[in-house]
Amino acid sequence: MRRWWRTMRLSIKSLLLHPLRSGLTILGIFIGIAGVIWLLAIGDGIGRKAEEQIAELGARNIIVSTVKPSSDEVQDSGYGLTRADFERVRDTISTLKRALPIRILSKEFRYLTRKFEGRLVGCTPDYAEVSRLEVDQGRFLTDSDGRSERNYCVLAEASAKKLFPFGDPLGKRIMADDEFYIVVGTMKKRHSSSAVGGSTAVEDFSSDVYIPIESLWRRLGDMIIVTKPGQFQSDLVEVSRFNLEVHHRDQVLNTAEVVKNTIEADHTLPDYSVTVPLELLQQAETTRLMFVIFLGMIAAVSLVVGGIGIMNIMLATVTERTREIGIRRALGAKRRDITRQFLAESVVLSVVGGLLGIGGGLLCTLMTVEFRTLLEYKFPEQMLALPEIIREVEPTVVPWSIPVAFSISVIVGVVFGVYPAIRAAKLDPIEALRHE
Amino acid sequence: MTVLAASLRDLQKDYYLSSETVRALRGVSFDVPEGDYISIMGPSGSGKSTLLNLLGCLDRPTGGSFLLGDEDVAHMSDDKLAETRANRIGFIFQSYNLLQALTVVENIEVPLYYSGDLTPESRQRCIDLATKVGLEDRLDHRPAQLSGGQQQRVAIARSLVNDPRFILADEPTGNLDTATTQEILGILAELNAQGRTIVMVTHEPEVAEQTGRTILMRDGRIQSDERNMAFSGVSS
Repeated sequence: MRRWWRTMRLSIKSLLLHPLRSGLTILGIFIGIAGVIWLLAIGDGIGRKAEEQIAELGARNIIVSTVKPSSDEVQDSGYGLTRADFERVRDTISTLKRALPIRILSKEFRYLTRKFEGRLVGCTPDYAEVSRLEVDQGRFLTDSDGRSERNYCVLAEASAKKLFPFGDPLGKRIMADDEFYIVVGTMKKRHSSSAVGGSTAVEDFSSDVYIPIESLWRRLGDMIIVTKPGQFQSDLVEVSRFNLEVHHRDQVLNTAEVVKNTIEADHTLPDYSVTVPLELLQQAETTRLMFVIFLGMIAAVSLVVGGIGIMNIMLATVTERTREIGIRRALGAKRRDITRQFLAESVVLSVVGGLLGIGGGLLCTLMTVEFRTLLEYKFPEQMLALPEIIREVEPTVVPWSIPVAFSISVIVGVVFGVYPAIRAAKLDPIEALRHE
Repeated sequence: MTVLAASLRDLQKDYYLSSETVRALRGVSFDVPEGDYISIMGPSGSGKSTLLNLLGCLDRPTGGSFLLGDEDVAHMSDDKLAETRANRIGFIFQSYNLLQALTVVENIEVPLYYSGDLTPESRQRCIDLATKVGLEDRLDHRPAQLSGGQQQRVAIARSLVNDPRFILADEPTGNLDTATTQEILGILAELNAQGRTIVMVTHEPEVAEQTGRTILMRDGRIQSDERNMAFSGVSS
């Protein structure tokens, strides 16, 4: 042990004789090791972000949506999910904890002279909880609202602002088509959910008006008529979406199959789709893993390059210090003493690079955030054009990446130091002493 | 009975080049009694350097025997040779061969590092040795900051640190001016007077004259082996 310690001190001393050369060699390893930690941190950050987005949709949820078939397939009888589908799913599948029917329409809402285009969302009282909406003023819809002959509605944050920029909306009546709705509550702002894997569109919750789905069926029916200049279009849809929730995560995939089979029986057209966030979660996990592996390979390449740098410099050192090797051999150094000395030097180089690299890696989170802030300030448009995941990713240093990075630096030092060290030890002492 | 520091019997060394065999030593025999001061002379190609390498345990003979104490160097492994160099032989070279990165004291310490005798107390011994060769105020200097004579004194101190059976000096004054040569030879004579065994290779007759015994080599053999009557030092 003491012998190794002495060898270490000796090698640090020889390395300090050429500070620039040693520094540049260390730089190579520094970049490689910092790269390993950064890339793992960024990979992990991206994965975490994706998982968060999917978790927003709910890992225990199954979403069944109406999809409009291509126009020549549409029949007069309408398309999409039906109330019968919903009841059958709700009543026959025992693993379901909750089942929510949702009907969404585009409407123009008015209050006095103010008006705006928004979504009329027919839903049940559970909807607020499932969609993570929080009440701001008043209350959300209740079961009795649905049974009531009167029309009640709840406004989303932006809808409330547009219709009631100054006053208190509670108790006021807003108009959609020819119907009046009494405002009983408003909701807090909620960020729009992100698109996941391209299978669910970004959903903007801000300009919604919520009414009980029973009121919607009763007052508006299933027919939607859109009149545009030169065009008349009617759609007959009963339910836009079911939000289903199961009791346990591991029931999700099986239940989704059963749901598919249950609905399939009554549908000849491909007019619905089943989305399972958990499935997306698993896909995202695979994507993330691939990402980490890919970035890891880049880091590995840079480490090999750094290692070759060490080998290169050590080979040059051996040639340059042939005389020293000869002197040491003459004074009693065994071959393995020489091997140890040169190996120690390459390990010191790589470990110092590794430690600095770990230090640099720990700054990752801070630097990414700072750098992005700078970019956002300098080039706002270009930054906006980047995918959201890159704009918002927060790299977190993975704790296990630190010991791993350190071990890698030791290994690189040994692997790329062995050959020069053996070459040094193989020199003939007589020849080496004669070397100028 | 005189104790022998080393004993050579019919020592041979052949070098095998691609097409021919070079017989560098063709049977060399002599004894090195403890306390002797021997100079080896001879023209280049006489086998002088080969003999030096063998005496220094840097190489193995092809034939014959080379006894150091009761061990035969001819049959030693590479590691054992290194061990012998570390423990039994003190080297002094023409070009000093100090390690440039180390200070005077650290240079003197190097053989201890390999013999395994480096202890906290050994540092004081190295300082004592440096004092003995007159470098007590240069302990922390590097070789580049020293004159040739001073560097050779460091080398002498280094050769003494492992308390060797004999000191092997390879043209120790070859790079020095006359005054410094005398200084160094003075130190060596003093060491010999204190009982140190010294074997020195030189090509300067006036240097050889100051040793107790001169062996003249020619064509891989000993041409003459004579005591110097003028030598005033202690000898067996």
